[in-house]
Amino acid sequence: MSHPFLLLEDVTKSYGQKLILADIDLKVRPGEFCTVVGPSGCGKSTLLRLILGQEAPTSGTLSMDGRPIKRPSPDRGIVYQRYSLFPHLSVLDNIMLGKLLPLPFWKRLTGKRAAREEAMQYLEGVQLAEHAQAFPHELSGGMRQRVAIAQALIMKPRILLMDEPFGALDPGTREAMQVMIVQIWERHGITIFFVTHDLEEAVFLGTRLLVISQFYGIGDLNGPQAGRGARIVADYPLRHSKSTHAKETAEFGQFIQQVRHEGFDPANLQHVTRFNLDHPDAFQTLTDADKKGA
Amino acid sequence: MTESANRFFGLHADPPKWLRLVLALLPFVILLSLYVTASSIRQAQNPNDKLLPPISKIIKAVEKTAFTKDKRAQTYLLWSDTLASLKRIAAGVSLAALTGFILGLNMGLLPGIRNLFLLFVTFISNIPPLAILPILFISFGVDEIGKIILIFIGIFPLITRDIYLAVRKIPREMIVKALTLGASEPAVAYRVVFPQVMPRLIETVRLSMGAAWLFLIAAEAIAAQSGLGYRIFLVRRYLSMDVIIVYVIWITFLAFCADFALKTWVAKRYGWYNPKSNT
Repeated sequence: MSHPFLLLEDVTKSYGQKLILADIDLKVRPGEFCTVVGPSGCGKSTLLRLILGQEAPTSGTLSMDGRPIKRPSPDRGIVYQRYSLFPHLSVLDNIMLGKLLPLPFWKRLTGKRAAREEAMQYLEGVQLAEHAQAFPHELSGGMRQRVAIAQALIMKPRILLMDEPFGALDPGTREAMQVMIVQIWERHGITIFFVTHDLEEAVFLGTRLLVISQFYGIGDLNGPQAGRGARIVADYPLRHSKSTHAKETAEFGQFIQQVRHEGFDPANLQHVTRFNLDHPDAFQTLTDADKKGA
Repeated sequence: MTESANRFFGLHADPPKWLRLVLALLPFVILLSLYVTASSIRQAQNPNDKLLPPISKIIKAVEKTAFTKDKRAQTYLLWSDTLASLKRIAAGVSLAALTGFILGLNMGLLPGIRNLFLLFVTFISNIPPLAILPILFISFGVDEIGKIILIFIGIFPLITRDIYLAVRKIPREMIVKALTLGASEPAVAYRVVFPQVMPRLIETVRLSMGAAWLFLIAAEAIAAQSGLGYRIFLVRRYLSMDVIIVYVIWITFLAFCADFALKTWVAKRYGWYNPKSNT
């Protein structure tokens, strides 16, 4: 393996004076289902926007297959919590859009015929074939997210980024969507980078769990906690069964408790000087501040 | 008592269909009967009263202007005036809609263009258009161009600003999404943003029509050889209230039809735009 699939080195991001992300180091393997959790407002979505290329880091580098990430491009798909679908297009047109947008206008008509069949396959993949002609406002929240997933998948992205995609759904729909995304991940063999604020969801879905938090004890302990950027404070490999029964086992519950304590409890985090970076891919480049702190 | 009160009064009133129709027509009937009453009182006092002509006289005015060839002009005045006015308003409004759309779209999407034009358009929009009417007539002449430019200047800043705001309201996520679907920058503008703003343009034009008519009538009143506004201000000299009333009702009817047509266009063609009105 010459280049890591997705590599973030010393990435920081600040908006004006406010530091959001401080020194993120991350390596992701292809095929990984990477879930990201953290307290609200800690910069999970900012991290996702950086990987997407929607925003540039203040310092540090991001690369995919050795090529720096600059702008949003078709090899990184995105599903948002809202606004993923285009309201003026039918479900089928929404899914076909990615096939048609890159075409010059004189090829659009023939392109449309070719794309139609493929789009219908993806629509069947999310069990919405009968709603092909409906408009997004006529669908329920869960259906909309399924269309959004199909819309992103048709581009065959190397990595699918998801920003709290099931955050606005009711619990029943949410569980069904979780099962569906695991099936899609297995069927298509893609890499998924999944941001959520629901720890249980993150542990259930992922093969790798990243906890991001701005509360931790490395570096300047006397400095004000506010305005301090978030880091990856925990990185766990998850190797458990992806059946819904897994959620009911005692280990599942215990593990959640452990993560909650290690990754979310500010009282604990402010005193740790070493993070639980269990994952074999986890790495940290040392900055000057780290060296001083260690 | 309470049964019938619930049909009209209160937050939960649910008027039956016949009552809705009656209610909608009631103000018209009241206005008409007020007019007829006032007119007949004045006619009783002075049979030559010109201020509030009776209905019969108004019908005669319709006959004269719409269905009798004018001897001097050799045309049916109402129709030739309507044609002249509609040409001007259509040209002015189309020009304003096109300019406002292109400018607003680009200002909304491109920070460079936004910086270039936003302050300028905001400034321009505060010029009272009628105040520069003399300038327009002097520089563009009293022919068609001056009138069209007046309508254009009167309404294009509002259309531009409204389209600009509509484009700015499109979530950033949607534009990023389009980029991840392989859209180029022009494709984002003309395949993703353009179709979403199109119904808003129609709505804005619809709301600007009132102002457009105002500027049209004002321009025609000051200098013209034909047009609905020209005729109204011409016959005013002879106190021909009957003709004025016919023309005013006709203009109102035309404006109402334009409004209805634009509204229907949005509802039929852009059903997703106002989902609630469909159900």
